[in-house]
Amino acid sequence: MQDFLEAFLNWEIMREASPILWQGLRATLLLSLLVVPLGLLGGIILAVLSTLPHAWVRWPLRVWVDTFRALPPLVLLIFIFAGLPFLGLEISAWTAVAIGFFLNTGAYYGEILRAGIESVPRGQVEAARSTGLSAAQTMRFIVLPQAVRNVLPDLISNTLEVVKLTSIASVVALPELLFQARQAQSVTYNASPIVAAAIMYFILLWPVVRLLSRLENKQLAARR
Amino acid sequence: MTGWERFTDSFFNARVMAQYLPKIIEGFGLTIVLALCIIAAGLIAGLALAVLRALGVRPLNWLIIFVVDLFRALPPLVIIVLLFFGLPSMGMELSGFASAWLALTLVLMAFSEEIFWAGITSVPKGQWEAARSTGLNFLQALGYVVLPQALRLTIPPLTNRTIAITKGTALASVVAVPDILGAASSGLSHSFNPSPLTLGALAYLVLFFPVVLLGRWIETRFAWKR
Repeated sequence: MQDFLEAFLNWEIMREASPILWQGLRATLLLSLLVVPLGLLGGIILAVLSTLPHAWVRWPLRVWVDTFRALPPLVLLIFIFAGLPFLGLEISAWTAVAIGFFLNTGAYYGEILRAGIESVPRGQVEAARSTGLSAAQTMRFIVLPQAVRNVLPDLISNTLEVVKLTSIASVVALPELLFQARQAQSVTYNASPIVAAAIMYFILLWPVVRLLSRLENKQLAARR
Repeated sequence: MTGWERFTDSFFNARVMAQYLPKIIEGFGLTIVLALCIIAAGLIAGLALAVLRALGVRPLNWLIIFVVDLFRALPPLVIIVLLFFGLPSMGMELSGFASAWLALTLVLMAFSEEIFWAGITSVPKGQWEAARSTGLNFLQALGYVVLPQALRLTIPPLTNRTIAITKGTALASVVAVPDILGAASSGLSHSFNPSPLTLGALAYLVLFFPVVLLGRWIETRFAWKR
């Protein structure tokens, strides 16, 4: 038991590592604030384009979305980070992560929003158009607000996954929470900094998990 | 060299690709084995937890909910790193493969427990009562009446979640497992040429593109009936 506490919950080491862990947490939050809006933007573009009636738009879109859903995000990130320099493009870890998340999470948000848009009855669009709104105005003021409400649990769930996924940025040496914890662990030969980082992630994300559980149960009750 | 030649020489270099193809194929096999082990163990553990939860023992249910929440909230890579770099300091060595397997199994267990549980609670209470009143015991009622109805509802969300978590096998490369990504990365650092990465990305597409399409098909085939 003593060994366990020494190795995993060593208060002395956690305290010593706390400054860089806080820095890591800040970077994780900043990264999330960067990649979630980027992914949403990509998703909205994909979802709106997929409502166009032309097959030559929809099929390439589908292949695009499925490609980035099939490729593990870490593979995409390493491909961008390690591959682009060979084309003479030196990019920072932040840029590589931003591009990778735009492509990957954009595809997921796009699928969710597309389902949302399809859930809005066709009559809504027709009614909106007949009052004189343009197609873009109809999308912006009538369809998207209802679409987002209909798929809100899925959007929150995906956002939770995106925030968790920011931990892969540690692989390209972006100093976010997991990276800083690994640094502290390799200096101290003690796992406590990683445990501390795990506790930080848990405190940050547990409320979201609880909220999702509630929403899912409500959804289920409505279907019964 | 023109820009195009430079591009093909970097990303589609036939000589480098031929050299690292065998390693990537080995990695391909390893990724599949790892994925299958995760799916089998994760789904069984998730179903077991959901059945335990159906017993309705209060303190036990709180514990199950906490464990599920924990593994839904923690990033998989954090769990893998904790197992791989943390356990040795307690005198327990876990290989990279075992760390990745255990971490992702726990994650799949947590997510699938939620889904199985949602399926079980979606079966009307009257079904339970009717089954029990005909003389079936708890396990029989669960096995013959409730689960068959519940599982059908769980198939689409379960498929999507399983696919998403299985793609996490690429994280195993971080703890030195020579899976597809691991083989591709070491190919890159030995040859100073990113063609092995191209091969690796293609291998993942070959593996997961059909799976993603299958997920799409299952989603429409088993859609919730209102």
